[in-house]
Amino acid sequence: MISADLNIILPEIVLAVFAMLALIGAVYTGKDKLAPVLVWASAAVMLLMAIWIGTTGGQDQTAFWGMFTDDAFARFAKVAILLSAAVVLLMSEGYMSRHGLLRFEYPVLVLLSVVGMMVMVSAGDLMTLYMGLELQSLALYVVASLRRDSERSTEAGLKYFVLGALSSGLLLYGASLVYGFAGTTLFSGVIAAATEGHMSLGLLIGLVLMISGLAFKVSAVPFHMWTPDVYEGSPTPVTAFFATAPKVAAMGLFARLLFDAFGGAIADWSQVVALLSLLSMFLGAIAAIGQRNIKRLMAYSSITHMGFALMGLAAGTAFGVQAMLVYMAIYVTMNVGTFAFILSLSREGQPVTDIGALGMYSKREPGKALAMLVLLFSLAGVPPLVGFFGKLYVLQAAYGGGLAWLAVAGVIASVISAYYYLRIVFFMYFGEEREEALDTGGSPVLWGCLMVSAFLMVAGVVNLFGVEGAAAAAAATLVN
Amino acid sequence: MVSAPVARRASQRSQQVEEMLREYLPILVFLGIAIALGAILILAAVVLAVRHPDPEKVSAYECGFNAFDDARMKFDVRFYLVSILFIIFDLEIAFLFPWAVAFKDVSMVGFWSMMVFLGVLTAGFAYEWKKGALEWQ
Repeated sequence: MISADLNIILPEIVLAVFAMLALIGAVYTGKDKLAPVLVWASAAVMLLMAIWIGTTGGQDQTAFWGMFTDDAFARFAKVAILLSAAVVLLMSEGYMSRHGLLRFEYPVLVLLSVVGMMVMVSAGDLMTLYMGLELQSLALYVVASLRRDSERSTEAGLKYFVLGALSSGLLLYGASLVYGFAGTTLFSGVIAAATEGHMSLGLLIGLVLMISGLAFKVSAVPFHMWTPDVYEGSPTPVTAFFATAPKVAAMGLFARLLFDAFGGAIADWSQVVALLSLLSMFLGAIAAIGQRNIKRLMAYSSITHMGFALMGLAAGTAFGVQAMLVYMAIYVTMNVGTFAFILSLSREGQPVTDIGALGMYSKREPGKALAMLVLLFSLAGVPPLVGFFGKLYVLQAAYGGGLAWLAVAGVIASVISAYYYLRIVFFMYFGEEREEALDTGGSPVLWGCLMVSAFLMVAGVVNLFGVEGAAAAAAATLVN
Repeated sequence: MVSAPVARRASQRSQQVEEMLREYLPILVFLGIAIALGAILILAAVVLAVRHPDPEKVSAYECGFNAFDDARMKFDVRFYLVSILFIIFDLEIAFLFPWAVAFKDVSMVGFWSMMVFLGVLTAGFAYEWKKGALEWQ
C-alpha cells in the first residue's frame, strides 16, 4: 500500500532528496565554487525526470487516499515545468557567475520550487494544493531577492512575499470555507457537494476566494500589481524563471481545482474566470505600451498571455483545457527564447534593459535580431507562426464554450498588444543607432536557446510536434 | 425542476453539515468564556489595582534595548535569524507532541514519516550551522 504510493511520487522524492544532498554536500565542501557544477547537475536531473515522466506511466492512478493524482494532465504539466526549469537554469549560469550572483543555494532553491510545482499540478486535496503552492512560493520569494545588496532586488523579494502571503491568506480562507461546507478536503468529495444549482452560499464564497488566491499566482488582473515590480527588480535569470515554469504550474493548479473539485458547477465559475481573462488581456496590452524597460514590458506581456490562457479555462470544456495546455506550452517556449535574448543584452559587461538601446541591432547581430523578430511576431500572434495557433486554439475554445464576446475581445486585445512587440522590431531594424554600442557575441548557451526557440516557432507550424495530441489526452483525463 | 434523489441528497448533506458544525459548539462556548474572562481580568485591574506610577514604570517595555522614539529603526538582522530558528524548532516540538502522545496507535508509516521529517529538519540545521548562522561575533 504505502510502497505503491511512494512509487507514484518517486520523481518528486528523487528531486527533493537530490536537492537536500546537494545543499549538504556543497555546504560541507566547496560552497559557492561548486555552484556551476550544481547548476548543470540539477538541470541534468530535471531533464532526466522529464524524460522519465514523459515516457512512463500509462494508466491514471492516485496515491495517499486520493490526495495525490498522477494522470495524463499532471504528466503533461510536469514535463513542461521540468523542461522549462532545466533550460532556464542552464541559461542563468553564465549571467549569474558574471555578476557574482551564482551561489550554490540558487540551483537548490530552483529544484525545491520545482518539486512544489509538481505537487501543485498533482494535487487531489486542498492540503496537497496548499503544500505544493507554499513550497514553490517560499523558494521563489528567496530567489527574487537573490541580489541582496540591491535595493530593487530586495524590494522585489519583499513585495512578492507580502502580496504572496496575502494571496495565500485568501486561498486558505477560501479553502477553509470549502472544507466547512463540503465536509471534506478531498477534491473527489468536494465535487460531490458542489453540483450545479445546489451550491451553498458558503461553498460559492470559498470558490471565489480560492480563485482570487490563484489569480494572484498567475498574475491575472485585478491581482497583477506585483508582477511588473517583481519582474523588474529580480535578477534577469530569475525573471526568466518566474515567467515560465511557475506560470505553467499555477495554470495547472487552477485547472485542477476548477475541474476536479468544482467541475460540477461550471456555470458558477465560468463567468468569474472570463472576467479575469478579459481584464488581463486588456490591461496587459494597454499598460505595456508605455514601457521602455524590456523586463517590465515582458511582465505586462505575461499578464496578457495569462488572460488568453484563462480564456481556454473559462470555456469550461475539454477542448478549452486542451487549448490552455497548448497555449502554455507555446508561451513557455517563446518566453525561454525571448529571455535568452534579453540575458544576452549587455554593454561593456553591464546588463541593458532599455529597448531604445536596441537601435539598429540588426546591423551588428543579424542572426540574433532575426530570431528575436520571429519570436516577437510569434508573441504578437502573427499568422504564419506558432504563437498564432496558440491564440487560435483558445479563441476557438471560447467560441465553442458560448463565450463569443470574449473571443472578439481577445482578438482586439491581441491587435493592441501587437503594437509594443512590433515596436521592438522597429527599434532593431530601423531605430536610431546609439553611440555606445551593445556588446556582440556572448554565451553559446543563450545563442542556442534563442535559435532553437525561434526555430520551433517556425517549424512547429507543421504539426506543433504532437503537443496537441498529448494536450488532448491530458484534457480528457481532467474533464469527464 | 429538482429531481427527488438530488433534493434528498442535498438535504442529507445539509444535515451532515449541521452535525459537523455542532461538533464545533464547545469551541464557541470556549471562545465566549475566554473573551468574558479576559475582559473581566483587564477591567478588574482598573477597579482594584493600587497605582504608584513612576517614569520607569510607565515607559514602554522593550526587551533587549532601550525604548527609542521611533519604531522604524535599524536592528541587527541576527535577531531575526535567531527568532526564525526558534520558530522552526518550536514547530518541530508542536508536531512531536501529538505524535508522541499517540505513539501506541501510529503505525510504522507514522513512525517513519516523523523520522523523515526530523531528517529534513536536521539537514536544514546542518546547513545553517555550517553556513555560520549560529555564530555571533
